[in-house]
Amino acid sequence: MEQTISVSVNGRQYERSVEPRLLLSDFLRHEIGLSGTHVGCEHGVCGACTVLMDSAAVRSCLLFAVQANGRDVTTVEGLDGGHEELHPIQHGFWEKHGLQCGFCTPGILMTLVPFLEENPDPTEDEIREVLSGNICRCTGYQKIVEAVQLSARLIKEKPA
Amino acid sequence: MSTRQFGQPIKRNEDPRLLTGRALFTDDVQLAGMLHVAFLRGDLAHARIRSIDVDGARQSPGVAAVYTADDLGDYWQPGPLLVPPPPVEQIEFYQRTQVPLAKEKVCHAGEAVAMVVAESRYLAEDALDGIFVDYEPLDAVVDLESALAEDAPLVHDDLGHNVNARVTQAKGNWLQAEAEADLIIRRRFSYDRGTAAAMENRGIVANWDAKSQHMTIWDTTQAPIAIRNGLAAMLGLSEHQVRVIAPFIGGGFGPKIMMFYPEEVLLAWATMQLGRPLKWIEDREENFYATTQERGQVHDATMALKADGTILGVKDVFLHDAGAYAPYGLTVPVSSQCTLLGPYVVKNYHSEFTSVFTNKPIVTPYRGAGRQHGVFVMERLLDIAAKELATDPIAIRRKNYIQPEQFPYANDIVFQDFTQLVYDSGNYGPALDRALDLVGYEAFVREEQPKRQAEGERVGIGVVSYVEGTGIGPYEGARVTVESSGKVSVATGIGTQGQGHYTSFAQVIADQIGVKVSDIHIVTGDTDLFYWGAGTFASRGAVVAGNAMHAAATKVREKILKLAGEKLEVAEEDLELVEGRVQVKGVPQTSISLGQLAVEANPMRGGVKPGTEPGLEATEYFGPERGATASGVHAVILRVDPETFNLEIEKYVVVHDCGKVINPLILDGQIQGGVAQGIGNAYYEQLHFDENGALLNASLMDYLLPTAPDVPNIVSDHIVTPSPLNPLGVKGAGEAGAIPVGALFAQALDSAFSDIGLEVREIPLSPNRLFELVGAASAGANV
Repeated sequence: MEQTISVSVNGRQYERSVEPRLLLSDFLRHEIGLSGTHVGCEHGVCGACTVLMDSAAVRSCLLFAVQANGRDVTTVEGLDGGHEELHPIQHGFWEKHGLQCGFCTPGILMTLVPFLEENPDPTEDEIREVLSGNICRCTGYQKIVEAVQLSARLIKEKPA
Repeated sequence: MSTRQFGQPIKRNEDPRLLTGRALFTDDVQLAGMLHVAFLRGDLAHARIRSIDVDGARQSPGVAAVYTADDLGDYWQPGPLLVPPPPVEQIEFYQRTQVPLAKEKVCHAGEAVAMVVAESRYLAEDALDGIFVDYEPLDAVVDLESALAEDAPLVHDDLGHNVNARVTQAKGNWLQAEAEADLIIRRRFSYDRGTAAAMENRGIVANWDAKSQHMTIWDTTQAPIAIRNGLAAMLGLSEHQVRVIAPFIGGGFGPKIMMFYPEEVLLAWATMQLGRPLKWIEDREENFYATTQERGQVHDATMALKADGTILGVKDVFLHDAGAYAPYGLTVPVSSQCTLLGPYVVKNYHSEFTSVFTNKPIVTPYRGAGRQHGVFVMERLLDIAAKELATDPIAIRRKNYIQPEQFPYANDIVFQDFTQLVYDSGNYGPALDRALDLVGYEAFVREEQPKRQAEGERVGIGVVSYVEGTGIGPYEGARVTVESSGKVSVATGIGTQGQGHYTSFAQVIADQIGVKVSDIHIVTGDTDLFYWGAGTFASRGAVVAGNAMHAAATKVREKILKLAGEKLEVAEEDLELVEGRVQVKGVPQTSISLGQLAVEANPMRGGVKPGTEPGLEATEYFGPERGATASGVHAVILRVDPETFNLEIEKYVVVHDCGKVINPLILDGQIQGGVAQGIGNAYYEQLHFDENGALLNASLMDYLLPTAPDVPNIVSDHIVTPSPLNPLGVKGAGEAGAIPVGALFAQALDSAFSDIGLEVREIPLSPNRLFELVGAASAGANV
């Protein structure tokens, strides 16, 4: 019944035998202990569980772990290069108070990584549009928008 | 003295952990040998349980135990009444509280019927399919008025009726006010249910260690100390044998202070039965049924006025939906009753409510906690009166405001904290002026609105006022310790759900001890680190715990100065605390670091003077005489899409008075987030129950939470009227943003459709509902 999968997560290779029905979110959180990815609804609406799979933002609660076999996954724990230095997006959120309880934050950060790569100069409307798939119940989004604007600036200023 | 930290927009101490995914939430707790719990929940709102067959579940793979009510023996007890009825004369009160597992019947959809414990959550959920419950469906009590009919089905058979409570509070003489009135406004208003929908669902990990005879519980609760005390009593343990930790919590908003949720009671018991740690994490669907909700009320309200717009009196008779059980007493309807009075002089007031049991999920406070309803009724009455008197809604508010010299202002009724409702301070006129200025009121109503309406647009403006009782007692405490590293550690009993306590409390302490905010480490919500406290609710964290922090830090400062004076052989008044050192004023080279001083205060050898306490540490408590009165004005300009009836919020202004501001960055965040929830409440979020009590939209696909494109940027400003009731002069701010939004939208929508005489008398609305109301108003009908 179980299948063996091999998934690269944050640059590290994990081999595990899993049930086909195991959600990718549960695999990340409970099988390999990366609990920074949060689960808010388990039906693909809230966006808290967003991670990168082969550089695209995906909802880990809507994927099975077996679908990540042979893929490259990045979670929030992989954003700061393993404790080395906060990612500019993390800096942006810290400076602008873009989080309160912080539960939705990992999913929002991961949604923004590919977005800001593709849109280095986003308008406010574009920012609000890309965030429309991530629900935050605390902030009212205003400071998240400001945080994204600052993040975009910080990414540009960052020496390559 | 270095720069004052109080009042600075300092970024938060807690954020690096949250931003890197390294903050501990309840579901992140992993223990060796841990089992997982799933609940079978009643899918009928009202049904007698004829039998429950759990054999199939017991044989399901990986199942360690299955429990029903009968398996609990004497442990099966209704939960405690958390808040007794208020000390009001001639009150009627009938106590019915939730049970751990339904025994004879289920009283609301989603009530837990059986509990499965298995090796994984997947296996536990699989096993639920092996449980068969034979139900006899019963007619459900859904509608509030029907619940009081003679032949209504009964939520609690033994009670003989569906009344949870009847409470009347009055002052002055309403009948006389009515008789003297030039104008009487009489309307029915309704407010319906929503859910707090914190992004983190509830969760519990309970671990009984038989060898050490000690229980550790991680719980998504806003009140860990009360949970510890209650569970210890239920389990026959000493409070010292139970440690409750409220770790990082993904939003609270009120429902996470409900006690005791069946799951809390059951996991703590079952871990002792099984000798293994247990975890239960609520899923989103369960959250729609098993986590408490709020807001169902129907008000029949009457206002008596003089021709010049002076309020002579208000009579309000309302029904409050308690849901199936009422563990939280009458906090919500009493708050509605009190908050209705708002910032206005109301000499004659008669308010009576009936709290009604229904076959719907339990109602306990949710951000605003009954205040929304009171504000909605009062503000709507004033709007309607202004129309009748052909005056403008601003003038009628200003005319009736309590004036600055009238504070403290006694309202002569009892508030939810059981003290007299006395407003400690306020200054309403300047807040209104500022809001009008920021929203551009005059220009909008004189020029822009007539022009745009003439061009076929639907644009409206709203401006409403509210008062919010915050920062109620009884008390909180704090312990502040200077460690030998020179850094400061702090503990308090309240929990944190995103309010920034790790930073705002540190700012309060930094000013006394002269260390960097980032060098102050705060622990909230761990009962082993701080024993006493009440919890995080009623916008009280900054007020009550914040002032306890201030008191403890002040005491530590005194100890620092005394010891440093002795060590440096100078008078205390010649010393100052600067950046982690105590130095002689003007002679910074004569100094001692706080770390060194902390070591000196805890010597390994030698005698100390009798009565000397070791260390640079103090524990202090703060309990206010009564709550601090925050207030504010919200203003909005909104446009209704004539095709879709979607709203575009063009401008949103909040002018708020929460006394002195500890951290404006955090305060703005609280206000903005509150408004977003208020917008959801006003125009998107409504729980739809059918006539059988089934919840029809129990998913985030169907229950719409505001998303980033739905919420506008909010322009905010503050009026500072310090509270005289606490040394920091602060008032609560956590709920303020959410409270007046329904009333505000109603006024603005009336304004956008004034030509057809729209009069909004209900919240929540939705594009569909507004379309119906506008259609009816156009046809001159009521719907």
